[in-house]
Amino acid sequence: MTTFIQTLIDGLSLGSIYALIALGYTMVYGIAKMLNFAHGDVIMVGAYAVIASVSMASLPPVVGLILSVVICAALGILIEFLAYKPLRKSPSLAVLITAIGVSYLLQNLALLIFGSEQLSFPQVINLPDFAFAGVQIKGVTLATLVITAVIMIALTLFIKTTKLGKAMRASSEDKDAAELMGISVNRTISITFAIGSALAAIAGIFYGASYVYIKPTTGAMPGIKAFTAAVFGGIGSIPGAMLGGIILGIIEKFSQAYISTLWADAIVFGVLVLMLVIKPTGLLGKDIKEKV
Amino acid sequence: MAIMLQAEDLNVYYGQIHALHGVSFSVEEDEIVALIGANGAGKSTTLKTLSGILHSKTGSITFMGENITRTETHKLASKGLAHVPEGRRVFLQMTVRENLEMGAYSRPKGEIKDSLDDVFQRFPRLKHRKDQIAGTLSGGEQQMLAMGRALMSKPKLLMLDEPSMGLAPILVQQIFDIIKELHEAGTTILLVEQNAEMALKIANRAYVLESGRVSLSGTGKELAESDAIKKAYLGG
Repeated sequence: MTTFIQTLIDGLSLGSIYALIALGYTMVYGIAKMLNFAHGDVIMVGAYAVIASVSMASLPPVVGLILSVVICAALGILIEFLAYKPLRKSPSLAVLITAIGVSYLLQNLALLIFGSEQLSFPQVINLPDFAFAGVQIKGVTLATLVITAVIMIALTLFIKTTKLGKAMRASSEDKDAAELMGISVNRTISITFAIGSALAAIAGIFYGASYVYIKPTTGAMPGIKAFTAAVFGGIGSIPGAMLGGIILGIIEKFSQAYISTLWADAIVFGVLVLMLVIKPTGLLGKDIKEKV
Repeated sequence: MAIMLQAEDLNVYYGQIHALHGVSFSVEEDEIVALIGANGAGKSTTLKTLSGILHSKTGSITFMGENITRTETHKLASKGLAHVPEGRRVFLQMTVRENLEMGAYSRPKGEIKDSLDDVFQRFPRLKHRKDQIAGTLSGGEQQMLAMGRALMSKPKLLMLDEPSMGLAPILVQQIFDIIKELHEAGTTILLVEQNAEMALKIANRAYVLESGRVSLSGTGKELAESDAIKKAYLGG
């Protein structure tokens, strides 16, 4: 029973990291109708930003964390502006390949700047561990759970109730109609990239704090798993990304604990394949029929 | 009367296809102007060009004395130009109220409430359904929502693209009554219609588009009585 609860909590924590990243994929897909395969690498940039500011420049951890989020948000806007905006009217294959190119560019820039050796992530989240009925919960794990829960609630409220949030929904549904309303779709897309990348930075911080070592390819695996989570939950759906992330995190941790560490990844991706066979639109994805 | 909108020598292409051939026309203040013509004649293309969704290779568009030929679409709403697109294009996954709020996107928050009340007064059915998702509305209600949404920006010129499309005759009559009411309340209207008979009845002036060219123009009455029009569009 202790193992079960322990695994569940670890799964929830990993799942919330996936969910944070998946939100970036799904929001960008929802509004720009593109798969931003460079999104995973923003996690890596976020983690390196903390290493550079806290370990190397000896800035206080709080400053490092804020810098990381700001840098990634700016990077998101920059990537969109330089790489994707010129391709707004190009075939989706061109955009997809460009995204993969941006991914390699970021990885290799990190390789140039920080070298190929993995660096250790500084202790930025100093919280005591909890022991509860024989279950050991790390302070970081709990912080991850609580903070992502707060972020998800805040994001949901933002999308649902604010003027900008509504403009984002309107733009994702019908760009021309949104423009006719006076909404600048370009600006809305920029903001979406900024939010998605800021969330990726936060995910990068939690990932670094939980898994300690960072290298230029660090973002690839959580990135692809979070993408899986976004598709699993229904790409374009925000609650879907949250749910998909958490479910995949739990499946992964349970597979590691009860089946085999080696098989865990195969099981995670297998679950996606199964979902795509049963419900191609994903868990909460809508099958939108256009009215003519 | 003062000219509100002047389009001069519009040439619009879809890739290789030359869709508008030197289209020129004008709308004066307080008029209802109709653009009529068959499917594919370039009516919607004309409206989209005025809204900046499409761009003309030549010529100019002037609105309220300002050159808007190169103005981005999202900047036009605050200038007083509203466009109800073909097929309504309401935000199907948003509520009726949210759709209306989007219509007032370019206006300060404090002014929205009054406009919302105005729209609900004009379209009582929207008020009853204000918290419903727009996708659940009937075609007629969606048309009303699309028009209400455009009115939320307090437009000087309201451009309507095929408002009667796909609606039952009784609803078509209702929509045209509303257009007349809006006109009487001081809104200038540019109406694109395939239903030439209805459009010519309420239009002060009309232009006939044929294969991307203006082939005829005149007052609504003149055109309704012209033999060429009767033969081609009015089934007479």
